[in-house]
Amino acid sequence: MARITASVYTSHVPAIGAAVDMGKTQEPYWQPVFAGYEYSKEWMKQNTPDVIFLVFNDHATAFSLDMIPTFAIGTAAQYTPADEGWGPRPVPVVQGHPELAAHIAQSVIQQDFDLTIVNKMDVDHGLTVPLSLMCGQPQAWPCPVIPFAVNVVQYPVPSGQRCFNLGKAIANAVKSFDEDLNVQIWGTGGMSHQLQGPRAGLINKQFDNAFLDRLIADPAGLAQMPHIDYVREAGSEGIELVMWLIARGAMSDISGGAVPQVKHRFYHVPASNTAVGHLILQNQLD
Amino acid sequence: MALDKPYLDVPGTTVFDMEQSRKGYGLNQFCMSLMKAGNRARFKADERSYLDEWDMSEEQKQAVLARDLNRCIAAGGNIYFLAKIGATDGKSFQQMASSMTGMSEDEYRNMMISGGRSVEGNRHIGEDGNAQAHRQPQGNAGKA
Repeated sequence: MARITASVYTSHVPAIGAAVDMGKTQEPYWQPVFAGYEYSKEWMKQNTPDVIFLVFNDHATAFSLDMIPTFAIGTAAQYTPADEGWGPRPVPVVQGHPELAAHIAQSVIQQDFDLTIVNKMDVDHGLTVPLSLMCGQPQAWPCPVIPFAVNVVQYPVPSGQRCFNLGKAIANAVKSFDEDLNVQIWGTGGMSHQLQGPRAGLINKQFDNAFLDRLIADPAGLAQMPHIDYVREAGSEGIELVMWLIARGAMSDISGGAVPQVKHRFYHVPASNTAVGHLILQNQLD
Repeated sequence: MALDKPYLDVPGTTVFDMEQSRKGYGLNQFCMSLMKAGNRARFKADERSYLDEWDMSEEQKQAVLARDLNRCIAAGGNIYFLAKIGATDGKSFQQMASSMTGMSEDEYRNMMISGGRSVEGNRHIGEDGNAQAHRQPQGNAGKA
């Protein structure tokens, strides 16, 4: 039987990807950001999963305004890093896991979540920057990845509660897959940032740290936070944080299991326009 | 009965909701077209005639020609789509963001290094934070 072993949460700022690709990680501006992921890269080597279920959002790359799926699961065999206008990132092609992805799609739709099924998709920085932060610059990514794209660009985005419930459904789906697979679920995006208008550059350390605290200790309560609180307190693009609740909802304690261990927590301001937050929660062995 | 839109009360912020998206469809799809190198080249060669190929209002076209991102957003643009214009111009996301505040690139970058813009005074329209309408443009541009 497959099982979710851990969840990883991280911002996915495009400039972080550019810093990796251009060899700037040791520059004074970037060094503190990457120092926060040193532990994580080592942890990732020691705890390499069989599959990563990676929750992210597309930034007007694969999805234009022609079609805007709220939840889209990638069932393809592979995904090419996208050209977002500055040329594609020089990172490995992302290998998918079509069997598990198809299984999860079938199960989750039957649990009343209307997923869009995507058999062809280029993946942008929302997906590749977390991989770079957690894995460095390998020739190939360490395992297959199931991309799960959430609409957080076109308002209204799904509520925190719906995301949290979706995480539970994904955990159920993984559990019912017969093959023995260790699966990690990653929630990406955030933390506080606003990229538009005269309020661009907004950062709210107090909000972000309270969000991290509650994500660990009070996720069900946090899931009830309304959209307007994200927009007002964490910036119009800070609403990406709802995606972290999908990963949190998939952890064992939400479905009656033991409380996960906090393996790592990190916070830094700024990376370009954004506050960087990062957390690793590991399920206890049953 | 009207829809509840509490985010209209957040200063210096335009939430890309259904109404904005409906208004901005042509503008945002024009931006999307700039992901192809051939289209970027055609746009750069003659911006006006390239824009005329799209179902956009005159205001939207003028806002693009002026590279006024706040005007583009008011006309229905979304920042992730508008970023394709910046990429075509060789601009970073931080340069684009600073342009919407009136701050120079250095002023904006320094604000971010110092911890970013504070939320204090910037939660509701009518407070006195630096994102409020009566305090634009920000930085040295606003001191003239």
